[in-house]
Amino acid sequence: MDTLIAQLQRQFRDYTISLYHQGFLDDQFTELKKLQDECSPDFVAEVVTLFFEDCEKLISNMARALDQAGNVDFKLVGSSVHQLKGSSSSVGAKRVKGLCITLKECCDSQNYEGCVRCLQQVDIEYKTLKAKLQDLFNLEQQIVQAGGRIPQVDI
Amino acid sequence: MAVGEVMRMEIPAGGDLTVTTPELHVLAVDDSIVDRKVIERLLRISSCKVTTVESGTRALQYLGLDGGKGASNLKDLKVNLIVTDYSMPGLSGYDLLKKIKESSAFREVPVVIMSSENILPRIQECLKEGAEEFLLKPVKLADVKRIKQLIMRNEAEECKILSHSNKRKLQEDSDTSSSSHDDTSVKDSSCSKRMKSESENLFSLL
Repeated sequence: MDTLIAQLQRQFRDYTISLYHQGFLDDQFTELKKLQDECSPDFVAEVVTLFFEDCEKLISNMARALDQAGNVDFKLVGSSVHQLKGSSSSVGAKRVKGLCITLKECCDSQNYEGCVRCLQQVDIEYKTLKAKLQDLFNLEQQIVQAGGRIPQVDI
Repeated sequence: MAVGEVMRMEIPAGGDLTVTTPELHVLAVDDSIVDRKVIERLLRISSCKVTTVESGTRALQYLGLDGGKGASNLKDLKVNLIVTDYSMPGLSGYDLLKKIKESSAFREVPVVIMSSENILPRIQECLKEGAEEFLLKPVKLADVKRIKQLIMRNEAEECKILSHSNKRKLQEDSDTSSSSHDDTSVKDSSCSKRMKSESENLFSLL
C-alpha cells in the first residue's frame, strides 16, 4: 500500500533523475544541494531565482544589441554571454551553458544570423528550465506539507 | 629560574595564541551575483566569516587601499583570506592581486583567484604574482575545504613562529643571549612548503 508521501517521494526522485538524464542539470546542481540544510533550507531556490533574473537581464541586453542591425556591438554581446555562461555553469544549468558556448562562437565570428537564432534558443531553454525547477520545488513543498522528508537522490 | 618554579609565558597584548579554531574572515570578490551567493554559502558552510563585494574597486575600498581617508579606521580589520574572480569589469582579479601584494597591510594575506577559463599562462601569471591558489569555476565544496585547510595550516605555522619568538624573547630577557637562527629555519620551511604546494597545483591543472 503506497502512502501519499511515498508516492510523492517517488515522483520527486523520478523527476529529479529525468532532469539530469535529459541534460537539463549537471553535477554542479548536486553541489548546490549539498549546501542546503536546515539553516539554509531555500538556498537552491534562492540561487536559481538569481540565475533566472540574470538570464532575463543579460538576454535582454543581448537582444537590444542585436537589434541595432548593421551596427551590432558584438563585444557587448560577447561579454554578456560570457557572464551568462558563467552563472549557468555555477548553478548546473547544463543546456543553457551549452547554448551559451554556441552563442559565444557565433559572436566571436560575428555571425549575426547565428547569434539571433542562438539567443532565441537560450531564451526558450532558460524558461523551460525555470518551469521544470518550479515543478520540482512544488513537489518538494507537497512532500513537506504531507509531513514527509525530501529524499536524497543519488544520480 | 629556581628549581620547582613554573615558567609562565606571558601572552603579549593583542597577540593571538588561542588554541580553539579561530574563525577565518574571508573577503570574496566577484561581479556575478550568482557566484557571490554561491561562494558566500560555500565559505559560510565551511565556518568562515564572509564579506562579499562586487568589484575589485570595492574590494580596495573595503581594505582601505584606495587612497581614501577611510584607511585610518581599518587598523582593526582582520582579513585571513581574499578570494577573487579573475575576469571582472574595471579592476581585474589579477590587478587586485597586485595591489594587495604591493600593500604593506595586506601583502601577507593569501589571495586565491577563481576563473571559468583554464588558461595556463593566466594561471602561471597569477601564481607568479603571489596568488596562493588558482581555482577553476564552478567552485565546489571540496575546493573551499582544501583552501581552508591550507590557510589554517599556514596560520598555525605563523602562530608557532610567534610563540617561538616570544619564548626566545623571554629567554633573551632573562639570560641576555641573542640568536635568531631557529626562527629563520622555521620560516624557510613554511615558505618552501607553500612553493611546493603551488607547483603541485600547477601540475594538477596540466
